[in-house]
Amino acid sequence: MDELGALFHGFAVVLSPLNLGLMIVGIVLGVLIGVLPGLGGANGVAILLPLTFSMSPTSAIIMLSCIYWGALFGGAITSILFNIPGEPWSVATTFDGYPMAQNGQAGKALAAAFTSSFVGAFIAVVMITFLAPLVAKFALKFGPPEFFAVYLLTFCSFVGMGKGSPFKILASMAIGFALAAVGMDTVTGQLRLTFGIPDLMRGFDFLIAVIGLFGIGEILLSMEEGLKFSGKTAKLNPRVVLETWKELPRYWVTSLRSAAVGIWMGVTPGGATPASFMSYGLAKKMSRDGAKFGTGQVEGVVAPETAAHAAGTSALLPMLALGIPGSPTAAVLLGGLLIWGLQPGPLLFVEQKDFVWGLIASMYLGNIAGLLIVLTTVPLFAAILRVPFSIIAPVIIVICAIGAYTVHTAMLDVWLMLGFGVIGYVFKKLDYPLAPLVLALVLGDKAEDSFRQAMLVSQGDLAIMWSNLLVGSITGLALLLLLWPLLSRAWAGVRRPKRIELNREQPVD
Amino acid sequence: MEQDRGAGAARGGVSMLAVEVVVAVLVFALGLTILIGSWTLGSSWTSDGPGPGYFPFYISLIMCVSGVGIAVQALRKRPEGIFADGQQLRQVLVVLVPAALYVLAVQLIGLYIASALYIALFMALLGKYSPVKSTVAAVAIMVLFFLLFEVWFKVPLFKGAFNLLQFTGY
Repeated sequence: MDELGALFHGFAVVLSPLNLGLMIVGIVLGVLIGVLPGLGGANGVAILLPLTFSMSPTSAIIMLSCIYWGALFGGAITSILFNIPGEPWSVATTFDGYPMAQNGQAGKALAAAFTSSFVGAFIAVVMITFLAPLVAKFALKFGPPEFFAVYLLTFCSFVGMGKGSPFKILASMAIGFALAAVGMDTVTGQLRLTFGIPDLMRGFDFLIAVIGLFGIGEILLSMEEGLKFSGKTAKLNPRVVLETWKELPRYWVTSLRSAAVGIWMGVTPGGATPASFMSYGLAKKMSRDGAKFGTGQVEGVVAPETAAHAAGTSALLPMLALGIPGSPTAAVLLGGLLIWGLQPGPLLFVEQKDFVWGLIASMYLGNIAGLLIVLTTVPLFAAILRVPFSIIAPVIIVICAIGAYTVHTAMLDVWLMLGFGVIGYVFKKLDYPLAPLVLALVLGDKAEDSFRQAMLVSQGDLAIMWSNLLVGSITGLALLLLLWPLLSRAWAGVRRPKRIELNREQPVD
Repeated sequence: MEQDRGAGAARGGVSMLAVEVVVAVLVFALGLTILIGSWTLGSSWTSDGPGPGYFPFYISLIMCVSGVGIAVQALRKRPEGIFADGQQLRQVLVVLVPAALYVLAVQLIGLYIASALYIALFMALLGKYSPVKSTVAAVAIMVLFFLLFEVWFKVPLFKGAFNLLQFTGY
């Protein structure tokens, strides 16, 4: 019950007028970011990061994490009213949310979406409250080989759990690692891979990559279609909200299952987007009304929203407890920690109690505040979406440029951002995943350091990765996940050998 | 990324296969560049542990292998359809080219004035707004940003090689 005491201490830290004010500012900005195309959780937080440089770390993380909650809430608004997912994780919400809006049930769909987002986040926060300190305590025993094994597990799970070509996942990850290696070598102090260009000495900052890949890339993608907004208007009155709340407990099984899917996908770096799809798919298969999914079922809104929010929230667990982010947005928050002078990792729970528990307490309060704010301000944000794209697009590009410039006050970064934007556009169209690239760029140096330290300890013997039960089982699990695409194909081959033979027997002319 | 645009723009669209292969080749080329770069750094084992090029060397190997893998997969599966048709490419370039000009303008005359010009021109030329409306909106937005960054949050933004806003004292 130590955790409860610490949590109440955290509430005491958070409940200052300044922090509560920042929380509300953060939520409103976050919903705005979630609603606007081209600005998302990761790059929105990255752009706003410089605004927090002068704040105390606790206030800063409260505002930034509230931007994140707001963005998670905001994505649902555009999906339901305009059939345009503001965020990739709300794509699955459009399947049943937009039909509901067309049937005149926009208010009900929004209330269901917001409430189930809240439920998902709440379950995930409770999990973080009790699990994160345990994980951190456990991780204090970690040495360099254990940490490298955990990094390995993080990246291998992208390959094992990702969809699409494993080569594309590997390529995207390797590009991230390679970009991370550019600049000063942390061990020997040598310059690496700068090819004689002095500006490259600084290396590539992942914030620039995030702003370009997710911001500019998304704008280019939206421009392709020449966006036309034709949305439904929504009025959310208390009666509709209450009626929806009466109905929601019926779907408790779906909620719990979706939250579990979300938590699992969030802690292992699967991310909110696959979580929302998986949970929608499971709900469709398991629900009694599964056949009616896609025509405007409340359950079809509940499932993806709960999972997306649970995943988004639980992605902060590995970031807090191990210093390894579970999603690009968590990576941006981790970058923030470093800028504010905090060392992420298990020691955070020992040395920065105020910060950690303040953050966890703000997750509870931020989600409650978020729910209240979005329930009351939907018409306002829906109105923003009526601003034509020819105004919004240049403003977003300007905001991205400002964000890229302020990271290091360097103009080269703005050019790099533009380059990353083109890469983001091409990669998105070709189904290269972007999250592994960003996470490799963030964790590249640390993964390399822990690998080199481990190799120094063992005099270059790779057997150190199996030197005890802990490190051996993590490494083994990592390799299993890495080889998963091959194994699952082999398994499929063993199970259905007849079909292959049949194919072979068929005449080919 | 320049090549893939030129390759098929002539025939109303770029095929998915062409872009897949071109990107795979670029991934491979990047891998090769890093391979050579890390090789010269010393990718082998030195007296005090792995050399500075050790880790990047293996990363570049992964990159080369996955570049080949992607190309082979693309050539075997032969993805149907097009990456983007002519109309879509034009739309994308309509945003991308002015954005590049905008960044160039930022370099010269600073972020505030370049941004105001950019927003106004974008609205007037692409959004078909009246020049007056566009100018008012652009100036209003940039004044708001100026107050937000320079005055309230004390984050100075780039003023350019020719600082036209010197008179404000920021």
